Amino acid sequence: MKIKEDGATKWFRFIAYVVVLTGSVLCLLPFLLIISASLTSNEEIVREGYNLIPSSFTLDAYKIVFMFPEDLLRAYGVTTFVTIVGTAIGLLLMTMAGYVLQRKDFKYRNFFSFFIYFTTLFGGGLVPYYMLITNYLKFGNTMNALIWPSLMTPFLIILMRSFIHSAVPDEVVESAKIDGANDFVIYYRVVLPLAVPGLATVGLFLALHYWNDWFHSALFINDTAKYQLQFYLYNIINTSNFLNSIGAGAGVVLSGPVPSESMKMAMAVVVTGPILLLYPFIQRYFVKGLTIGAVKG
Amino acid sequence: MSKTMVHKKKGLLHELNKNKILFLMLLPTLLYFLINNYVPMIGIYYAFVQFDFHSTNMFQMAFIGLKNFEFLWKSGKLIQLTINTIGYNIAFIVLVNGLAISVAVLLSELRGKWFKKITQSILFLPYFVSFVILSVIVFNLFNYDQGVLNTVLEKLGAEPINLYAKPTAWIFLIIIFFLWKNFGYSMVIYLASITGISEEYYEAAKIDGANIFQRSWHITLPMLKNTFVILLLFALGGIMKGQFDLFYQMVGNNGLLFSTTDILDTYVYRSLRVTFDMGMATAAGVYQSIFGFALIMTVNTIIRKINKDYALF
Repeated sequence: MKIKEDGATKWFRFIAYVVVLTGSVLCLLPFLLIISASLTSNEEIVREGYNLIPSSFTLDAYKIVFMFPEDLLRAYGVTTFVTIVGTAIGLLLMTMAGYVLQRKDFKYRNFFSFFIYFTTLFGGGLVPYYMLITNYLKFGNTMNALIWPSLMTPFLIILMRSFIHSAVPDEVVESAKIDGANDFVIYYRVVLPLAVPGLATVGLFLALHYWNDWFHSALFINDTAKYQLQFYLYNIINTSNFLNSIGAGAGVVLSGPVPSESMKMAMAVVVTGPILLLYPFIQRYFVKGLTIGAVKG
Repeated sequence: MSKTMVHKKKGLLHELNKNKILFLMLLPTLLYFLINNYVPMIGIYYAFVQFDFHSTNMFQMAFIGLKNFEFLWKSGKLIQLTINTIGYNIAFIVLVNGLAISVAVLLSELRGKWFKKITQSILFLPYFVSFVILSVIVFNLFNYDQGVLNTVLEKLGAEPINLYAKPTAWIFLIIIFFLWKNFGYSMVIYLASITGISEEYYEAAKIDGANIFQRSWHITLPMLKNTFVILLLFALGGIMKGQFDLFYQMVGNNGLLFSTTDILDTYVYRSLRVTFDMGMATAAGVYQSIFGFALIMTVNTIIRKINKDYALF
């Protein structure tokens, strides 16, 4: 089916192509930069600086990263565990909450929605929160301190609520009720299957948040064996910057391997890779799952 | 009016009983927010005591009134921190939404399923990058000895620049990298709203002779208002909070850059974890919460007076 395009449409499309393509290039460039630096030898980086296209190609940096993989793999383990457990619990609680908060026959839904939303407006601040986690909940130095703080956010609950509201017609719930199903069965058998795009989208955000979290390790964890992957990387980068500046200043020859520039880049690739692999599976649900309706219900 | 009266007579207990399964399903979430967000509000009291590291009970610590706030005020940083925090947030909100809406409208009118899918994914890609990786990218681009910027400058025969000693440059760098990382996320949300607009509106407009620019301006944009208001609602809630991850990872503890890059969040974090100045940390935290809350309430009241429909709550 060919529709003849008028002049305005041609111009509009032309502008659109230019903007979208420029944006795409700008979004990709930094990724290329890191990948190319990870494939360059360290000497070349020190001598010539970072380049977009490496003039030589080597896998040395990756070999060094995986030479002593125990720490890296342990950090991987911590992050994977926290991501899976946190996302599973968070999704369960947020879908239940979203389902209840959009039910029209649930009288206090607006009050409870505001109870949740209010926490984005006002809070106790970082110090009381720190005290709550370490002194009262006693989560300090445990995985709980990594899972608990990110389980739910008001924004994702509202997102879930709007999605269920638009994806599950009221009549479907009504007829299930007439058939004698109770509210939990309706949620489990009727709502969840219809809400798959919403689940995928909210799940991706939650998983991404857990995967990329370094802050809660920095705040609550002293035991290096429980560091999340991102915080492990953060420490390596900062230690290497620190050692390099000390070593250069004092003329000290450092014993043991100091992480090199190209090795840092290889680490960055290794750390980001797995979560990117998730995207293709989620992508087909993505735009559908992100529809947000009115928050004032 | 009479309808609500009937409901009220039945009361909370009746409602609880009628919908007990629904209540039970919501309960864990309510408890979570109660413990995680409401209980720490009691901890505001920490700002009014002399902090004691040996004690775990704040009510046993010595009450010193507004002393902590006095110190905070005398440090002379409060005004700068407030301006930085609010300034960056306003820039973020305006630029991200402006850019996201424009690109979403443009992208939605493109033909070619694969082209749309692939570019949309690429634009969203930076959202996957952690802030730790972002700091690697920034260092990779701008460090004095090996950064891409200086490598290029040297090849062109120009003098290398040490950006890590230039505070004003970081205002732009922080905003640019915030946009780079986050605009794709908002863009996809707007794109989802556009997908939900009924084709009929566009068909009708076409018959009336509206061209593609007019259709985008008069149909698509107004239909995005609801989505924009919700995103704004959540963004405004955090107007005094700022993007801690972004600032801390890009700037870290580089004191040279604090004049333009220190926000309340980073200041509180350093007081808590680096300088261990609990008085400052608690007072700044409480100032942040209360000032931010007052600000939102004021804005909301003003908007309510002008047009009730646009009020946040």
